[in-house]
Amino acid sequence: MGDYLISADQLSLHINQRQILDAISLHIEPAQIITLIGPNGSGKTSLVRVLLGLLQADSGELKRRDGLVIGYMPQKVHIDPVLPMSVVRFLRMGCQVTDADIDSITERLGVQKLLAQPVQSISGGEFQRVLLARALLRKPDLLVLDEPAQGVDINGQQQLYQLISSIRDEYGCAVLMVSHDLHLVMEATDHVLCLNTHICCTGHPEAVSKHPEYLRLFGSSLDGMAVYTHHHDHSHDFAVDEDEHKHHDGCRHG
Amino acid sequence: MMGVVMDDFILRALLAGLLVVMVAGPMGCVVVWRRMAYFGDALAHAALLGTALAILFDIAPLPGVILVGSLISYLLLKLQVKKDLSNDAILGILSHGALAAGLILLAYMQSQGKYVNLMGYLFGDVLSVSNSYLIWLAMICLGIVLVLWRIWSSMLAIAVHEELARSEGVAVDRVRLLFMLLMAGLVAVAMKVVGIILITALLIVPAASARRFARSPESMAIYSVVLGMLAVVSGLLVSLQWDAPAGPAIVLSSVVLFFMTRLKAAV
Repeated sequence: MGDYLISADQLSLHINQRQILDAISLHIEPAQIITLIGPNGSGKTSLVRVLLGLLQADSGELKRRDGLVIGYMPQKVHIDPVLPMSVVRFLRMGCQVTDADIDSITERLGVQKLLAQPVQSISGGEFQRVLLARALLRKPDLLVLDEPAQGVDINGQQQLYQLISSIRDEYGCAVLMVSHDLHLVMEATDHVLCLNTHICCTGHPEAVSKHPEYLRLFGSSLDGMAVYTHHHDHSHDFAVDEDEHKHHDGCRHG
Repeated sequence: MMGVVMDDFILRALLAGLLVVMVAGPMGCVVVWRRMAYFGDALAHAALLGTALAILFDIAPLPGVILVGSLISYLLLKLQVKKDLSNDAILGILSHGALAAGLILLAYMQSQGKYVNLMGYLFGDVLSVSNSYLIWLAMICLGIVLVLWRIWSSMLAIAVHEELARSEGVAVDRVRLLFMLLMAGLVAVAMKVVGIILITALLIVPAASARRFARSPESMAIYSVVLGMLAVVSGLLVSLQWDAPAGPAIVLSSVVLFFMTRLKAAV
């Protein structure tokens, strides 16, 4: 016991008198992949922000292991084209990294050819991998990925989740992922927390997918797939950066 | 050459202008990245109130302007905490509140027989820069550059993504406040050069022109300084040649330069 990266006990959070999180307890163990699922507005991002220390819970206890390094990949990063920045500069920002690390990590994630390009000119899927590379360069004990597959078409999503799973094996870091679709992350995850303000159910992905609370929240899996069909319809404008951004903006708010 | 005699006052005006754009270049880039143009306007309007207060208490205008600018920055941060109003709305209230208060106070000072150079405050008075003012200006600019140098990488991280920066340990609130105070300092000295109405232009136009040439944030700052300097030199030449007001001439030159950079791209 006690070998936790993060341990949260009975966290509650209100914003403008509205309850966002209700008595959340969770533990993240080293090298574990935990997926947080829940419908829109269920408090997933708020919980992540509390765990990262970006938001203060009203009550409850949050413990982080001393010296814990977190690599964070936020939802929806948009870098304004008015800010001139190459991919490599973006990767180097904020921490000391060696050329060797940049080489090996960008090669592992297949973005090494993009290094000299303006960060605004790459596609949505490439940008998500650059964000992942940036998080990994900090040599984290824990990767926190908020909807890592957004703006990525359905084939790319599966590849990305496989990549995340193999990264855990190679780098030995724990992963906390946020997703709104269990079936896509099922293979890549060890443990699932189903969130809807409170934790509805938790456990192995297979078990959660059959849990009555989960089914009540998400209905049949076909409903979930319909959302992604929409993604897929739009993958033809993938290469156009502007459209790409508008596209996942729309999807997020939907 | 061109009938321009390099009198002392021209040299001082030139130095003052060049010093200000050397600082305004990099700061203007941050203003453009972070969309803080309206904040620049608010600070400029607050500067009028600062000047009026300085006249009231019979002190030099610089500390008055910096003080009121800092107060506005602080109020802005406080009002932003409760997220029920947009930045624009809060800035509009602070900005025009300060402007109205400044105009009333200045009118009152004038009625009391004090010397009030309203046109000078509004449109700048760079040709009347004194030696002692120039020394103050140089010191303030140097101070701003030193602080800006220290917070540059943090500021850049915030410009890219505030939350990501925060999660990576950047003291976002402190850096933002510091940058706002630096802007208050810059506005205080730039007021003499282009006047409060045109200060924001000095920040935004060279930075916007520089974007075209820049491949990195730093190169954008450097191009922005170079373009600002070109604007100061050509603006002063135009001003002397055709007896145009110096501040507006400098701003107009930089706007002309902006359109020239756009033209070049079209070819």
